[in-house]
Amino acid sequence: MPAKPKVAFYWCASCGGCEEAVVDLAEDILGVVEVLDIAFWPVAMDFKKADVKALPDQALVATLLNGAIRTSEQEEMAHLLRRKSQYLIAYGACAHLGGIPSLANQFSREQLLRYVYEETPTIANEAKTRPLPSSQSNGNRVTLPEFREVVRALDQVVEVDYYVPGCPPTPKLTKAAVVALLEGKLPPKGSVLAPDIALCDQCPRKATKPVDVSFTEFKRPHLTALDPEKCLLAQGVVCMGPATRGGCEAVCPAANMPCTGCFGPTSRVRDQGAKILSSLCANVAAKDEAGIVKVLDGIPDPVGTFYRYGLAKSLLRRKADVAAAEKMPAS
Amino acid sequence: MNSEKTSPPAPDGAWSPRIVAFFCNWCTYTAADLAGVSRLKYAPNARVIRLMCSGRVDPQFVLDAFARGADGVLIGGCHPGDCHYAEGNFKMLRRFQLLKRLLRDMGIEEPRLRLEWISAAEGEKVKAVINDMTARLKSLGPLGLPRQFAEWDSEVVKLTETIQEQETKEAEVTHAS
Repeated sequence: MPAKPKVAFYWCASCGGCEEAVVDLAEDILGVVEVLDIAFWPVAMDFKKADVKALPDQALVATLLNGAIRTSEQEEMAHLLRRKSQYLIAYGACAHLGGIPSLANQFSREQLLRYVYEETPTIANEAKTRPLPSSQSNGNRVTLPEFREVVRALDQVVEVDYYVPGCPPTPKLTKAAVVALLEGKLPPKGSVLAPDIALCDQCPRKATKPVDVSFTEFKRPHLTALDPEKCLLAQGVVCMGPATRGGCEAVCPAANMPCTGCFGPTSRVRDQGAKILSSLCANVAAKDEAGIVKVLDGIPDPVGTFYRYGLAKSLLRRKADVAAAEKMPAS
Repeated sequence: MNSEKTSPPAPDGAWSPRIVAFFCNWCTYTAADLAGVSRLKYAPNARVIRLMCSGRVDPQFVLDAFARGADGVLIGGCHPGDCHYAEGNFKMLRRFQLLKRLLRDMGIEEPRLRLEWISAAEGEKVKAVINDMTARLKSLGPLGLPRQFAEWDSEVVKLTETIQEQETKEAEVTHAS
C-alpha cells in the first residue's frame, strides 16, 4: 500500500473555532484519517516544529492554516509550512481576510500594548511591565516573538493556493475542499473554495426581498423583534448578504440573525465594506442631507460593521494616521 | 505599492497635491469643458475621470484612489433635481455621508473627500472648487498611503529575507555534507 498523503493543520492569531470546525466533521473525520496522514496539528497531536523542519520540501500535500498573522513566529511558521506543502490553504476568515483580529488595525501597536498591559480596568501592573522580545532571567536570555505593527491575512505574508472562507468554514465546505484536494479536481489557483455568488441567492428569505429596498431607519438586531421569514433588509436591519459570498447555506438568516459578512466578497468585488456601504446608502429613502444623516446614524460603527472580518484585506488595510492616534486612549 | 505612485513634485520641486476628480458626463464634466474653452486658469492638480453619472461613483473607486496615492478625491455631479437619470446624484449624496464617516474612522481627514454640485453652466465653479481644494490639501500635506503600506510591510520583508538567507545557508550545508 502506498503511503497516505500527508496534511498539516496550523493555527495563528485565531480563536480556535476553525480547529473546532475540523472536529465538527464528526464521524466523517474518520474517513479523512483513513485516506490522509495528519503530520502536524499542534492543537490535537504532539508533533513539534522540528518534525516539520525535518520533512523534505513539499512533503505535505496540503496545509490548512487558520488565523491571522500578528507575530513574527506566525510568519516564520507560515514560511516553513509554505515550503513544506504543495498546497497552502488559508482556512477560515482570519487567514483568508484578516478576520476579527484585523479590526486591531484601527489602532497602533503602542496603543494596544498600553491598553492591554496598563489601562485595562482589570489589570494590576503598577510596574508597567510589558513582555519584551528579549530579556534576561536568572542569567538566561529569554526570547518572545515580535508583536507586529499590523495584522495581516495569510496571503499578505506568503503565497496562498486556495481559500476556504467562513467564521468558521462549514463542515460541508471543509469536506468538499479535502475531497477536491484528494481527487485533484481543483479550480484555478487563488480561488475561494465556495460558490461565487452573493449570499442572497441562497437565502431562504430571498422571495421576500423587495425590488426597491427603502430604508427610513436602521434597526439594531438586538433591539428589534425580527420577523423570521421576511428579508432582513426589508426589516431595516443591516444584513451583509448582498456584499457577501454564499456557501454557508445562509445559516445566520435561517437562525433569524443578519449576515455579518464572514465569507468575504465575491471575486468581482475588491472591497466588501465599500460595496455594502454603496448598496445600503443608495437605498436610504431620504433625499435631504439632514434626513440622510439621521438615517445613517443608525449605523454607528461603519468600519466595525462592514469590515468585521476583513479589515486587513480592505483597500485601506489600516487606520492611516496611527501615529497621531497613539496619543489617544485605545478604548 | 511603490514610491513613484505618490504625488510627483511640482516644477519648483515642492510637493503638490494629486486630486482624482470623478465628474458626471452631463453637468460637471461639461462645466470643466466650459472652463477650458473659456480659458480659465486654475490649479493643474486634478486628474479628471468622466463617468456617466455621480451615481456611478462606486465607493471602491474612492478608496482605491487613496490607496494608490491620491491626496484628495473630488466628486462632481448635477444639482439635486437636475440629474440626467433622475436619482443618481441622491445616491451619491447618501454614499458620501457615510463614506465621509468611514474615512474619518480610518484616519483620512475630511477635506480629502469632497462632493460638489456643478451644473454645465458653472465653469467658474470648477475653477473655484479645484483651486480651493488644492489650497486646502496643500496645507494638509500628502496622504501618501503607498508609502505607508511599504513602511508597514518592511517588518515582513525583513523577516522574509532573513528566512531566505537561512534556507540558502542550510541548502549549502546539506550539499556539502
